[in-house]
Order: sequence, then structure tokens, then C-alpha cells
Amino acid sequence: MPASETFAQFDADMQALIAEVETISPPVAMMGRRSFLKLATFAGGGLVLAFRLDTRAALAEDSSEADASNLNAFVRVTPENTVILYSKGPEIGQGIKTAFGLIIAEELDADWNTVKVDQAPINSKVYGYQGAGGSTSIPRAWDQLRQAGATARAMLIAAAAKEWKVPVSECSAAASVVTHTPSGRKLSYGALAKAASAQPVPDPTKVQLKSRAEYKLLGKRFTGVDNLKVVTGQPLFGIDVQMPGMLYANYIMCPAVGGKVKSANLDEIKKMPGVVDAFVLDGTGTPAEVMPGVAVIAKSTWEAFKAKAALKVDWDESSASKDSLTQAAIKAKEIGAQMPAPANNVGDVDTAFGSAAKVVEASYDYAMVSHQQLEPQNSTAWWHDGIMEIWTPTQQADRGLAMVAKMLNLPDEKVTVHQMRAGGGFGRRLANDYMCEAAAIAMKVNAPVKLQWKREDDFAHDFFRAGGYHFLKGAVDKTGKLSAIQNHLVSFSADGSRPVSGGARSNNSFPTDMAPNVRYAVSLMPLQIPCGPWRAPTDNVQMFVAGSFLHELSVAAGRDHVEFLLEWFARPLAKSEGPPPDPSRSYNASRAAGVLKMAAEKSGWGKKLPSGRGLGIAFSCAYGGHVAETVELSVDAQKHVTVHKIIVVADIGPVINMSGAENQAQGGAIDALSTAMGLEIEAEQGRIKQTNFTGYPILRMPSAPPVDVHFIQSDFRPAGLGEPCVPPLAAALGNAIFAATGERVRTMPFKRAGYTI
Amino acid sequence: MPFQLNINRKPRTVDAAEDTPLLWVLRDELDMKGTKYGCGIGLCGACTVLMDGTAIRSCLTPVSAVTGNITTIEGLGENGKLHALQQAWIDLDVAQCGYCQGGQILSAASLLALHPKPTDAEIEEAMTGNICRCATYNRIKAAIHQAAGSPAETKGEVHAGE
Repeated sequence: MPASETFAQFDADMQALIAEVETISPPVAMMGRRSFLKLATFAGGGLVLAFRLDTRAALAEDSSEADASNLNAFVRVTPENTVILYSKGPEIGQGIKTAFGLIIAEELDADWNTVKVDQAPINSKVYGYQGAGGSTSIPRAWDQLRQAGATARAMLIAAAAKEWKVPVSECSAAASVVTHTPSGRKLSYGALAKAASAQPVPDPTKVQLKSRAEYKLLGKRFTGVDNLKVVTGQPLFGIDVQMPGMLYANYIMCPAVGGKVKSANLDEIKKMPGVVDAFVLDGTGTPAEVMPGVAVIAKSTWEAFKAKAALKVDWDESSASKDSLTQAAIKAKEIGAQMPAPANNVGDVDTAFGSAAKVVEASYDYAMVSHQQLEPQNSTAWWHDGIMEIWTPTQQADRGLAMVAKMLNLPDEKVTVHQMRAGGGFGRRLANDYMCEAAAIAMKVNAPVKLQWKREDDFAHDFFRAGGYHFLKGAVDKTGKLSAIQNHLVSFSADGSRPVSGGARSNNSFPTDMAPNVRYAVSLMPLQIPCGPWRAPTDNVQMFVAGSFLHELSVAAGRDHVEFLLEWFARPLAKSEGPPPDPSRSYNASRAAGVLKMAAEKSGWGKKLPSGRGLGIAFSCAYGGHVAETVELSVDAQKHVTVHKIIVVADIGPVINMSGAENQAQGGAIDALSTAMGLEIEAEQGRIKQTNFTGYPILRMPSAPPVDVHFIQSDFRPAGLGEPCVPPLAAALGNAIFAATGERVRTMPFKRAGYTI
Repeated sequence: MPFQLNINRKPRTVDAAEDTPLLWVLRDELDMKGTKYGCGIGLCGACTVLMDGTAIRSCLTPVSAVTGNITTIEGLGENGKLHALQQAWIDLDVAQCGYCQGGQILSAASLLALHPKPTDAEIEEAMTGNICRCATYNRIKAAIHQAAGSPAETKGEVHAGE
């Protein structure tokens, strides 16, 4: 396959992956048992399957607590009354191990003080979906985990009732103890576990789940289950893996993606102290797996890094990226001026512009950015006994396992993947390139080998958040309402026919029912730099554009922005095609109004502020979360910004762990602030200019403002919280700067407009 | 070549090339994984350790340049007891991914040795070399105040909602 087709195929695969990650199947609780079993034939999808809950064999390999009894694949109880719960998803800093444990423990009525949460083995036949992306971990697993807890609890109660020869209805459970209410007799879960494990598994769709008012654990504050290990430096992360006889590797790829190895000074490198081997890999040619490069293998990480520094490769760059992002920016402005035939057309935009009270035209843009999770990419792989065994800090272990199996032409059963804690994800670890590289290298090394990327590798070989350019025209009618919007997005494309991964129009930010009259079009520029999901893909940039432009329109119309937005929320919404949307994931005008009103109230919206000080507000519905944010700031004469306070108001349904939720909301808002103010990736000749944190000023403590967090809890199925608090921040920030200075910032990062923080 | 080090109150002998950063001696030679690799050029602070009580970047410190007693995150607590900072980090649930937090705690320990009751400004200055990519800065600041028994000046709040 020609290199350009391979690259296009890679991008298509990445888009399919994002679509898969972001799509949630209908909640199982809504289905009967028959459809339950029928649906079991679909792979993945996060379905809760009755027969999976009693797959006790899943944990047979776990002999750490040999006397313990498995009640199902998620719950194990020791005779000493320790409840071991299995977290099936990757912990990437979103707090999932604690949240998953709490959800099971709530329905199990386990004593949280005696609960231990372990990482589940990677086995999608038992656990279904085992990735972490699109803030879907919680909503996907919500029913499955509650049913796992509730069925195990029912089995424990049934075992106690049998032991006491009393009806089940006379027994209750709390804090890992079953009580026979009339007699006051008690048995601990530990004492009951063995007998309970022999009880039949109840139909999970028929067990009674708790209502929100009955929660004893959910909604309260809990510290993370691995925090003791974190603060005492115990090995947890992928980078911490150590094996007897382990070797250390680095992998050197062409700085312009697509380059191939012509020659390299391998003989020289092999003579270096501590170097065990150096060899060329042709790779599979796709950035999501293994690109061509040179592996250096050494007895220590440092010796591998020194070999990397001494390595000289002559690259064949005939098929490599030649992209220049400065040239792209110039070209985008030329293209942007010409509105092409619209892909979406609602109403009569031209007539609406003609009869408008106010028409506003503006162009916005945002830069490419990188993930830079703090733990550089790594994986340890060991080819032994016909099995490829891998330890990796990924967001998609189940997907990575299948990729490695396919690449090595092995059946899935011959690939074992151990999910390690990840030092950050942000979407970067939805790709498993580093896992594939480690596996490819391990096939040629007769020992366990840890592939360790340098920070510089993480800059050179990311799946970047694509930049983009918007050319907008909007109209407000004589009643002060948004009457028409035109958005021409100039984006990038890997295949010439559709936007790159993360570069398409966001229907959350620019919905087709945004106004009665809508005209949307997308133009494409070729790009051969890999793009991919970055925390809240598409919305993290397009909500900046939409939220800022809506403010421009309300200002032009002389309207109060909160009133303008509340009125806009109540607009008629288009009927969606196909099956009805999941109500817990889709836009809901009353939830939107709820968070916006509370943000306005908490921030003192409308209060008089001194000169140079401004308050901005913005709203976003993305990834199932309705979120409003305010930013209050001051700007001095040198355009230095001091953010006094950020307020986040989120409706994500019920909160699982209040402490973790607050942390995600604060982190999401500050990450968005950091990225909006100062982060940008530049590229020339296909090479990324930024090589380390010197040129990429991630926000540090002195610039981090206080963030107040408020939740409006509801009975909707909970949304995840890794992403929803990111999108509204940049628009709230820009709107606040406008309020303070009268200058509209239409570019990200804001440092391009001279602003510093 | 062999080097004599004192790490977490214990003498250790390691055999490594003299330009090997202390970071990799700790991680690869001594199998102590608490000290993290982040950037390799002293910009992120993930590799922070204490040398005679002062924070240094172990990724920039060749093993041959180690002249004092080293404390890593594994040895910050003594006699099986957590350091007050470690306890505050757990109490306030500071960590998200947790990767930077060992380095953050050691930078904070170095600060408290100089300023037992630090102000917000002193905390910010001392902690500016440590990146938290998850942006847990508010909680880090609050945890330092809690461990030091000094009052927090600014703090984000949380409300359970209606």
C-alpha cells in the first residue's frame, strides 16, 4: 500500500476508534432478559451480560488470596472478611479505580474500610469494554457494576438465609454483615462467602438497585484507593515495571512521520558500553502501530538513551511529511474567504442576514497542541513460551491486545496484557503505538525488554489535537434572538475527503439546530502529521469558538449574555434521525439552564467591577455533562492576566465520589486555562519544533487560580467527568478578557494575541 | 565504576558510569521506582529528591556529583510513620494520576525545612519547578498548609449541590 494510503488508513482507524469509544450502547437496565442474551453476540460495547457475571474462571489465575471466594468476576471475599473488588478499567488519573470500587461496594453493601480494589485482568469476553475514553467509563459500567454488587449481595443474603433456615425477606445487609432482623443473628460476608459462591446467580436485570436517596457511599468524599502507594513511591505505573534480566530499549523514528531507514551506524552503536543490540525495524508503516525505525537495546535506561544520542540515521524522506503549519495558516485564510457549497443547510440564511437587526462577522483559529501526559510512553514486553506478555500504561488495553495479536499473527489467547496505572492519559493513550513497538522489539530480544520513550519522543511522535480555522457570520433579529449562523470550518485531512481525527465540526458546539437558519461547510487542507483525540475532542476548541461568538452576538445586540443564552437554550431543537438519543447523554435545555443560572448566581453576574477587571461566562454540553463556567480576571497594561477565580457548575447526574469529582472539575478547568493561554505545537518540514517543556509552557502553580466547584445532582445516569469541564473554559476566559479590556481574543493560544498569565 | 551513596539513611554501593544521572541509578540499579522520569532536563520536577534536606533534580545530577545524603519519596517517612506531608496528601486526596506527586511532596518538604509556616507566595515560589499535568495545584497548596499547620489564604470550595 502506498505511504499516503497507509497514512489515510491510519487516520480512518483512529476516527473509528474515537467513534467506538464515544458511543455507548443503550443501558441494559432498559432491556429485558431476552434481548440481553441476544445482544451478547456483539463484541465490546460495554454491555452487561448475565452469563458474564458468573464467569468465575476469569479470576482463576489470581492466587493472591487463595482461600477467597469469587462471587462474580468483580467481587471476591476472603474468610477474613476483606472484600476484593476488581476495577476493569484503566486508571489514568480520572479516579476510576476508586469510583468503580465505590459503585460495586454501594450495591454490595460492603464495608468500605475493608474493601481492597485490584486491577482486573484484561479479558473482554468477561468484562466487556475495558478502555477509558470519551468520559464513558462510568456511564458504560454503571449498570454492570451495580448489578455485580447487587447480585453478589443477594447471594450472600441467600447463603445466610439458608444457614439460618429463615426466609430471605427477613434478612438484610449492611457494612459487610448480613443480619437476621427478627433474631438479631449476624454473619459476616467473610463467613458467608464460600456458601454464597455456590448460590445460583440471580438474574441481574431483576435485582433491586438502590435509589439515590438510599446511597450510603456514593456522593460522599473518599480518598483514592492507591493514594498511600502514590505518596510513598511504591511501584504502580508502567514505567515502574521491573523484571529479572530485563533489558532497556529506546526506539528512534524519523522526525518527519513516514521517513524510512536508509542506513544507520549500528556497528558503532553496538560497541558502546552497556549496549546489547541495535537493529532496524521496518514496522507496519502506520503511526498507530510501528513506524520504521531503529531500536537500541541496553542494560540500563541511561545507556539506551546515550545510544540514542549517538545514533546517526540516514532517513529516506521521500514519503515523509513535508507539512508546514505556518504555510497552512496562510492557506487557510485564502480558503476561508470562499464559502463552499454547504454540507448542512437549514432555513434561509441569506434572507435572515438581510432582515437582521445586527450581523457580526469574525474569524477564529486555534493551534495544534500536544498531550504531554507526565509519564513518557513506555511498555515492557516479554516474548516467552509462545506468549507475548506486555505490561503497559494504556487507555485501551483490550484494543491494544488485539492489535498486537494481529501484528504478530498470534491468536488473542497468546497475548497477555497487564494494565498498569498511567501517569496521565488525556486521550494520548487511546493509541497503542508504544505497546506495539515494545512487542515488535521484544520479538527480537531474548529477555523482557522495557521500551522507554524520552520526553523528546513524546513531543515528536504524538497524535496531536488538530488546529483549525473558523469563518463565521451570525445574525440577531429585531427581538434580540439569534436568527442565523454561518460557520465555514477550514480543517485538515489525511485522505483529502474528510477531516482528520478530532478536526470535524462538533455537533455539540455547532449543532444543526443552533439557529433557525444555519449554513455549515467544511474545507480541507492536506496534512500528514498524525492527529487524534485530545481531552474532549473537537469541543475543547470549537466550544471556544461557539461560546465566544455567541458573546459577540449578544454584545452586538446589546443583550445581557446570561439572558441571551437562557433564551437560546429554550430554542426549538431539531428531531434527531434514527433511534431516540440517550436522555442522559444528550443536550437538555433545563439542565443547561440549571447550571448557567447557578454559575451566574455564584459568580455575582451583573455586579459592578473595577476598571481592568472582567467576568466571563460560557456553557457546554459535551460527553454527557452540562457545564457552565465563569472566569473572573484582571488584565494589566502589558496584557498580563491574573485569574482571580474560576467557578465550575456541572450537572453530571449523581456524583460518585465528591472528592474525585471536584478534583476532575478543577483539573479540567485549569488544564483548559493552561492550554488556552500558552500552548502551541509548530511544525515545519513535517518536524515538530517543540522538543521539551522549554517551548511548551504548561501552567504552573503561581498561575493556577482557585476553582470553586458546584454540582447539581440528578437521577440521570451519571456522566464521566474527565472531559466535560474542559470545553467551556476558553470561551469564559475570552469573554472575561473582552469584559475587562474591550478586546476580543479570536485565537488560541491567547499568547498569540499578546496575553500572558 | 563503584560509588558510595547514602540513601534514605542507608549506605548503598552502586556500579554505574559516572555520568549516569542519580535518577537512573535509583530506578534501574537500586529498583527504587518512587523517583520519576518526566523531562530529563530539570524542568518538570518529577525526579525531585532531597540532598541533605534540599530539593534537587535527580535527572540532572550525575551519580558522581552526589555529595550528600539522599532522601527519596520512599524514605521521607521514618520508623514506619508517614511524613506529615504524605498524610496531608492522602487526607486531601491530592493526586489524580499521581505521577508527579512524589516530586511535589519532596519539593514541599524542602520548603518546610526553610519556612515551617509558609505563606501562599512562599509555597508558589517553592513549587513553581514542579509541573502537575493534571493541575492539582489547589490541593497541593492546601495540603502543604495542612501539613505545616499554616492557614490557607485561598482555596477552591466544593458544594454537594441541591
